[in-house]
Amino acid sequence: MNYAIEAEGLVKTFGSEVRALDGVNLRVEQGTVLGLLGPNGSGKTTTVRVLTTTLVPDSGRATVNGFDVVKQPNSVRSSIGLAGQYAAVDENLTGRENLRMVGQLLQLSRRDASRIADELLEHFDLTAAANRPSKTYSGGMRRRLDIAAALVHRPPVLFLDEPTTGLDPKSRNAVWAVVEELVAAGTTVLLTTQYLEEADRLADRIVVLDRGAVIAEGTSAELKSDLGETVLDLGFVDPDTAERAASLFRGSWNGGVVVDGSLLELSVDSGPSQVMLALRELDSAGLNPSRMALREPSLDDVFLSLTGRRAEVTEEDES
Amino acid sequence: MTPSVLPEAAVQMKRSRLRRTIGDAMVVTERNLIANLRIPESLFFSSVQPIMFVLLFRYVFGGAIATPGMNYVDYLMAGIFVQTVMFGSINTSIGLAEDLQKGLIERFRSLPMARSAVLAGRTTSDLLRNVVVIVIISLVGFAVGFRIHTNAFAFLGSVLVMLFFAYVISWGFAYIGLAAPNSEVAQLMAFPILFPLTFASTAFVPSSTMPGWLRAFAEHQPVSLVINSVRALTQGGPTARWVIPALIWCTGMLIVFVPLAVWRYRRIT
Repeated sequence: MNYAIEAEGLVKTFGSEVRALDGVNLRVEQGTVLGLLGPNGSGKTTTVRVLTTTLVPDSGRATVNGFDVVKQPNSVRSSIGLAGQYAAVDENLTGRENLRMVGQLLQLSRRDASRIADELLEHFDLTAAANRPSKTYSGGMRRRLDIAAALVHRPPVLFLDEPTTGLDPKSRNAVWAVVEELVAAGTTVLLTTQYLEEADRLADRIVVLDRGAVIAEGTSAELKSDLGETVLDLGFVDPDTAERAASLFRGSWNGGVVVDGSLLELSVDSGPSQVMLALRELDSAGLNPSRMALREPSLDDVFLSLTGRRAEVTEEDES
Repeated sequence: MTPSVLPEAAVQMKRSRLRRTIGDAMVVTERNLIANLRIPESLFFSSVQPIMFVLLFRYVFGGAIATPGMNYVDYLMAGIFVQTVMFGSINTSIGLAEDLQKGLIERFRSLPMARSAVLAGRTTSDLLRNVVVIVIISLVGFAVGFRIHTNAFAFLGSVLVMLFFAYVISWGFAYIGLAAPNSEVAQLMAFPILFPLTFASTAFVPSSTMPGWLRAFAEHQPVSLVINSVRALTQGGPTARWVIPALIWCTGMLIVFVPLAVWRYRRIT
């Protein structure tokens, strides 16, 4: 098997307190997409920084495109592209100047760098804005330029660190289309995201990180199958009531039982009869749900059942 | 997305380590100079303060300061030149702190470029910026009565001394810019360092009126030595006694500051 990215036992601590990576193992097959999923502070970005040679791990080893990230950093750097929240474009330079600069720093001749800059601008629909300083670009345009900058030398391995965070749905779709096109052409992609939908759509395999460690790994379908095929959401008036309802099912229920605030989530793989059973149980205990929905499990549910917390950052978490 | 295809990979040049180091530094220098040209306000406003200093000392305080053997304006300009290029070097720390903050350094560090290029490019572009500043201040000086009483070569020599000094200070500020949490703090950190060095010096007044302890500091610290060199080279008098210790100081500081900044750059987390 050919792995474009391999990491074994990566550990990185900041200061004496924060253990950002606590023994991360990863393997990404050539030409596939790995989605690195986890909340803020779970170690996604630190993993990317180690793999892109901008951070040296305390212990563990990793290779990218066959090169050791610590011993052969320049060979790694020639094989990768990096785009995302922490690798920026220069806002004082125009789109064309940004791409040409990156090309030159990738050791292309000025002529090649200029030619490729123009081709990339064309491809990413930025030709009209090519000679404007990139600070005048919209968020979506800037992100496209950022990704274009990561593709100047057509790297075999591409790292995208939260590539669509803060983008509107249209720009997000455009980024996704680019990733799909690159993968179809054989590029290996490691993508970090907080959006489960994004991992679901793009990633062949998903690794879930929490507090610097891998807590689950598999295809989207495999991760979801642990939760069953169908989930019944039952909303109650408050978390207490939801908890009381959950206690009716814990231990006896054939499938997952998860409480999230005032919401109770039950796996109901056996079909309508299991739904009716659930409702009868609630009725006999005198607990009336205020709303109800049947749906397929999302990766969010996977994360919740693995960690007891939601993956996506809510407004309160950020303040 | 447009249906056009993505460009094929181009050939990466095989260059010697030295050519690559110089080439990469030139690319970064060019990038910084473009940014300077895009924000002419920055150069304009950083010239306003020294111009106001010239006017303030020339016309407000100057009459009350006795400078035996030369006109006050001739005495003053050496101080103004050195003060201005030294404050101009703060740009190095602001620029690097901004690049760090905005994620550009992260991009640079993920590219197969020479590790020294970001620092070398930044200090070089700030050196060129200081050349422009010296031209502006010279014109202002000549307009308010400053005259060179030596010759053109000596004046050129004084410019080289100032630029070398400013370049050294830039490397010191490179360290500060990389260590500061953000560009605002990087700028604030410069002030307590530069202020005493500028004013407890022979920049604006002769040291003879200072109390003994201050006079001892003012006469031996590097900023005064550089100012005295510039003054001797533009106004006449013995030059070697100032220029040689000034150059020794500058070289010594360069030997300390460059490795310090590079060390700091390598251990960015």
